[in-house]
Amino acid sequence: MVEKNCKSSCKCCENESQETLLSRVDELINEYRGQKGALIPVLQQGQAIFGYLPEIVQKRISEGLGIPLHKVYGVVTFYSFFSQEPRGKYLIRVCMGTACYVRNGKKVLDELKEQLGVDVGETTDDLLFTLDVGRCFGACGLAPIIMVNDDVYQRLKPSEIGKILESYRKPQVEAEVAK
Amino acid sequence: MTDTCKKIGSVKQLEAVRTAAVEAAGSSAAETEKILICMGGGCIASGSECVKNALLESLDKHKLGDKVSVVETGCLGPCVRGPVVMVGADRAFYQNLKPDDAEKIVEQHVIGGKIVEELTWTDDSDNSASSPKIPVPLQDDIEFFKRQTKIVLRNCGLIDPGSITEYIARDGYRALGKVLDGMTSDDVLSEMNKSGLKGRGGGGFPTGRKWEFAIKSPDPVKYILCNADEGDPGAFMDRSVLEGDPHSVIEGMAIGGFTIGSSQGYVYVRAEYPLAVERLQKAIQDARAAGLLGENILGTGFSFDLEIRMGSGAFVCGEETALIASIEGERGEPRSRPPFPAVKGLWEKPTLLNNVETYANVPAILLNGGDWFASFGTENSKGTKVFALAGAINISGLVEVPVGTTFREIIYDIGGGILGGKKFKAAQIGGPSGGCIPEQYLDTPIDYESLNALGAIMGSGGLVVMDEDTCMVDVARFFLEFMQEESCGKCVPCRLGITRMLDIINGITQGHGQPGDIEELQQIGEGIQAAALCGLGQTAPNPVLSTIRHFRDEYEAHINDKHCPAHVCKDLVSYSIDAEKCTGCTLCAKKCPTDAITGVVKGPHAIVLDKCIACGMCLEVCRFDAVSVK
Repeated sequence: MVEKNCKSSCKCCENESQETLLSRVDELINEYRGQKGALIPVLQQGQAIFGYLPEIVQKRISEGLGIPLHKVYGVVTFYSFFSQEPRGKYLIRVCMGTACYVRNGKKVLDELKEQLGVDVGETTDDLLFTLDVGRCFGACGLAPIIMVNDDVYQRLKPSEIGKILESYRKPQVEAEVAK
Repeated sequence: MTDTCKKIGSVKQLEAVRTAAVEAAGSSAAETEKILICMGGGCIASGSECVKNALLESLDKHKLGDKVSVVETGCLGPCVRGPVVMVGADRAFYQNLKPDDAEKIVEQHVIGGKIVEELTWTDDSDNSASSPKIPVPLQDDIEFFKRQTKIVLRNCGLIDPGSITEYIARDGYRALGKVLDGMTSDDVLSEMNKSGLKGRGGGGFPTGRKWEFAIKSPDPVKYILCNADEGDPGAFMDRSVLEGDPHSVIEGMAIGGFTIGSSQGYVYVRAEYPLAVERLQKAIQDARAAGLLGENILGTGFSFDLEIRMGSGAFVCGEETALIASIEGERGEPRSRPPFPAVKGLWEKPTLLNNVETYANVPAILLNGGDWFASFGTENSKGTKVFALAGAINISGLVEVPVGTTFREIIYDIGGGILGGKKFKAAQIGGPSGGCIPEQYLDTPIDYESLNALGAIMGSGGLVVMDEDTCMVDVARFFLEFMQEESCGKCVPCRLGITRMLDIINGITQGHGQPGDIEELQQIGEGIQAAALCGLGQTAPNPVLSTIRHFRDEYEAHINDKHCPAHVCKDLVSYSIDAEKCTGCTLCAKKCPTDAITGVVKGPHAIVLDKCIACGMCLEVCRFDAVSVK
């Protein structure tokens, strides 16, 4: 069933310079400095600001919070939510929970890999799509599910994938033509 | 969802607020028609936001905006029928709505007083697609709802989770008031022990005893934690409680805080549940504003506050010591116990940790008494349990039943049986720590003891139904792969043992199985059960061991005959086209990703097996039933 939600995601801060983004990370660090257990919330919000967690951001957080860099790196690499690589404009997450798996979620994933030409965790060369798997989105009643940023597609068939990808590629093409 | 409540200064005042709220709800229901729309995660995914907007627009158009209220509720249960809406005092139940249907409901039902039967619930559990669907317009007549007993979900789907007054009107915070108005820590504990409540997160440890350990730990600083890191794939109970009735968890934690002597709590929610976080955050703020959290609650001198911590995508953080490490800002690795968290937990202080569903039970137990709660369930397992029904079942969604209800009742009577009239093969319960229950045990009561005897566990409540098209070896492989990826890597039995088991089972599904593989899987599995550091590692072999126990013939077919009976394992199946049925429409050839299908237009097609990757696309797209698999 291909049906898009009303709301679509916004990335209004895409065009800010690295300095501006870093200063926002600094503000964040100041807010949390001295609090117990601050590292993970700071990394989470830091990633929301930057889109990912490059070395420069990890260093900033390490110095700002007074936590050794190796520990920051250790935490970043432990949790799957954190990424050290830039991500595509659209994050496609394929649910690989039990319900989606037994209702052919894997075939949906295979079709996405095939059509995007990337493996799980990778980003397309045009930085448009990042393919990832999720561990159950809690919408098992509607399996199989994929999420493209905040849009949910439910009860999917592999043959419907092409149409969905096209709907995200199209505005991109139009935008470029407009330029 | 803008409703808030002014500061309530005493238990007496709380009672006055409640009476006023009940009266207000009663009078407004008399004047206006209420439209309840499910805004649970499932219905939102099905487009309930758009349906809600259409309803509001239509009401505005008919100038009914002030008279008829549209209430956004939490999960109503039958996710597969979403978006769902309930209208009026007699609860007419509409399903699978589209924005265009809103006008019809407003015109015919709200204004005209006539239920729009073509949009209401249908009873189609006899499974055949051709048989007429019988409309069952009223919620009270629907089997799916009739057979449930709701304690945890008492408010889910009935109130706006963003409204603290609606919660108070339905006896919310009354238990907290009762506890703070003269009960002692021992009194609360005695009710909890009487209730027989066991931890609903998976382990099933008696909640009262856990609280007792935390009470007995002498330390002025203690913490109380809520585990909302619902990581089991196929489980969405806790998400639904947090989204549908967040105050019940807050109230349960505050009662827990009073009982063990803690003034600070944390709720650890997984990152995949942004809506749950949003609603819980609002509920915490509203509770603070109402004087039900924070300093000097209800003027009784008791202080307690809550904060949210978000997970970052690590399954192992559902384990209590790993969860604590994660809140402390560390890698989420478990540590050995003892000392148990009740003695040494968060920041080395005594810590009480329960899951969402456990806390949501607490206000109901304190309000109605432990004996009342114990009147539900079986001799050894009391109360109710929420299950997330998913997989090959007609009505997937959220249900709550007394502990001890049988698999058959849940799957057939409530869930409407197997999808598409197929044959039941197994019910997977307990997630990656659980097991698969075969057909001959369908009449087993679902309680802690019976499930353990079958090699499964109650777990957190995920119940995934599998039909004849599911390969049990592949399911076991799926869980092993999950656990191998999610293993934190700290202890050797889990890290290496699961990897080795996965190697073997991958071999079996790829056609390289050898005699002795089954025995080796069992031997390693039992080793991991005995030696792994944490509960997740110890239970990780369960899906394999339980499928070997109940579906050994499927393993043997893969190993000895190189055959996958369910046609799932790609390396063991082959596709072919029946030349007589093929009309030469060329659809399969166009869709085949490897160009493995040859043939001319209007002539029979054939599959070149060397090129075929067994993706099954041709079978999916063929409209003439010409493609077969074996």
